[in-house]
Amino acid sequence: MEINTQTNMHTIKRKNNINSRKLKNKVFHGFLILATTMSIIVLALLLYQIFSTGFKYLSFDFLNNMPSRFPHKAGIKSALVGSIWVISLTALFSFPLGVGTAIYLEKYSNSKSWLNKLLQINIANLAGVPSIVYGMLGLAVFVRFFNFERSILSGALTLTLLILPVIIVAAQEAIKSVPDSLIQGSFALGVTKWQTITGVVLPYALPGILTGTILAISRAMGEAAPLIMVGAAGYIAFMPSGPMDSFTVLPIQIFNWTSRPQAEFQNIAAAGIIVLMALLLTANATAIILRNKYQNRTD
Amino acid sequence: MKLFKNKFSILAMILVISMIALAGCGSKPAGQTAQEPAKEEVKLSGEIKIDGSSTVFPITEAIAEEFRAVYPDVKIPVGVSGTGGGFKKFVAKETDINDASRPIKSQEAADAASAGVEYVELKVAFDGLSVLVNPSNTWVDYLTVDELKKIWAPDSTVKTWKDVRAEWPAEEIKLYAPGTDSGTFDYFTEEINGKSGAIRPDFIGSEDDNVLVQGIAGDKNALGFFGFAYYEENKDKLKVVKIDNGNGAIEPTFDTIKDGSYAPLSRPLFIYVNKASLEKPEVKEFVTFYLETAKDIVKEVGYVALPDEEYAAGLNKIK
Repeated sequence: MEINTQTNMHTIKRKNNINSRKLKNKVFHGFLILATTMSIIVLALLLYQIFSTGFKYLSFDFLNNMPSRFPHKAGIKSALVGSIWVISLTALFSFPLGVGTAIYLEKYSNSKSWLNKLLQINIANLAGVPSIVYGMLGLAVFVRFFNFERSILSGALTLTLLILPVIIVAAQEAIKSVPDSLIQGSFALGVTKWQTITGVVLPYALPGILTGTILAISRAMGEAAPLIMVGAAGYIAFMPSGPMDSFTVLPIQIFNWTSRPQAEFQNIAAAGIIVLMALLLTANATAIILRNKYQNRTD
Repeated sequence: MKLFKNKFSILAMILVISMIALAGCGSKPAGQTAQEPAKEEVKLSGEIKIDGSSTVFPITEAIAEEFRAVYPDVKIPVGVSGTGGGFKKFVAKETDINDASRPIKSQEAADAASAGVEYVELKVAFDGLSVLVNPSNTWVDYLTVDELKKIWAPDSTVKTWKDVRAEWPAEEIKLYAPGTDSGTFDYFTEEINGKSGAIRPDFIGSEDDNVLVQGIAGDKNALGFFGFAYYEENKDKLKVVKIDNGNGAIEPTFDTIKDGSYAPLSRPLFIYVNKASLEKPEVKEFVTFYLETAKDIVKEVGYVALPDEEYAAGLNKIK
């Protein structure tokens, strides 16, 4: 159809065609710019709002005090330490489990078997399950069945389940992207499969794996709902001394403050959000530095 | 190979170091406090697990904070699973005390009995539900309980203010109410519509009462209800509606809620204490402390204290 019109009256049509294509190009270009600026503007507004209300409430006392009913005395120490505990344990559990699963699925199991396909579909689906469902699972399995009670361990294991699918999928993609020539080259030198995986595949795939892990850990750090289900408390005025202690995390403490009637609590909630963002950035920066080091070595 | 091993060991080391640092962080305050109770006559320790209503949470939190000043070795984590969610954990013996913004339901009581959980019910404060309109709403001065029912009933036909009273303007009413999971919602629907949870479907709901405050403050035709504490903090943005239950229109204040004349929209708040836990000295001391100090603290966090004899009756119950 298009070929016909073009050959029949091509002079006029071509001109029109070029114009409309250029127009389309411009529209699309504009749309992309709009999309980018929209998200940046929203982020900037959010940051402005948070910093303008919360920044003056940030102080050493705020970081070093326990929560209180008096806004000027309230601090975030127990929630900050709780968050660090939970996230460290979550990273400790989820990274080896997730990468291990990905290696098995990519390098050991038969990718054509129905079991492998079933696992793939399940993992992809699990990545989309609402977090509160994992909270209910954690309550039934870790808190009640294994009798870990309402502890940091239960919370970390629940978050591990929550982010495992994301880590597995990211790690799988990263492992898939390792060039076959490298792997074959390694085998050609008479190296065993396990040595090929640890010596060739993993170092090459690690930047990709770390990117996925960063995203997953960031998500876990912002979760409140599953931890409330597992029994994280809203008020903790002592420092957790081990993985079996009761705990609270930053998102729960912040949510708690925002739902108070007194306006001052909204302000210290904003200060709490700044602390949460700082923690998030620190965790991400650590992972990004590790990732970049790897990228440079392998390139 | 070697490279990877190095990297991996660095990663592992960072994790291990951070864990050790954290463990250090955690044990330090415990070490400090271990010396302090030597000055105290009674040395209490242990953990009192509390969960339940988010309405009662500010009271329990404040009392836990005061209690900690006296007995720093007692750990008191306070959760906010909601009254119903809290009772599930209470029945499963996962908590010692449950905060409740309504009395225990018969089903929950039956579950407790079959799980072998005996408990004491203690009243700790009153909460008034306030009915609010926008300050630029000049016509509404008071509403009767029947009018409230006419507006909020599940089969309500009220669309405009004129449908409530003929002399009011024919402008559409916008309804705001707390989310269906809250004890506040349960209480209002039970008192006004006769059945817990029975309400017309077309209202704007939010679990966060501050969202309702914003909604009503920005909408001339808004009508909504929520806890008295949220009205107290936002008096300048909202207009409270007097409620007439047949004995004249009464405005919710600390006094009218306390003496019971603001009815039926004031409710008692409770804590439920597991009797087995009450045997433990720290729990008993905490509950006693709760009832002795509640009178002053309840007001600080925006609720209304009970008359003195009610607290005395509570103390008798746990003796």
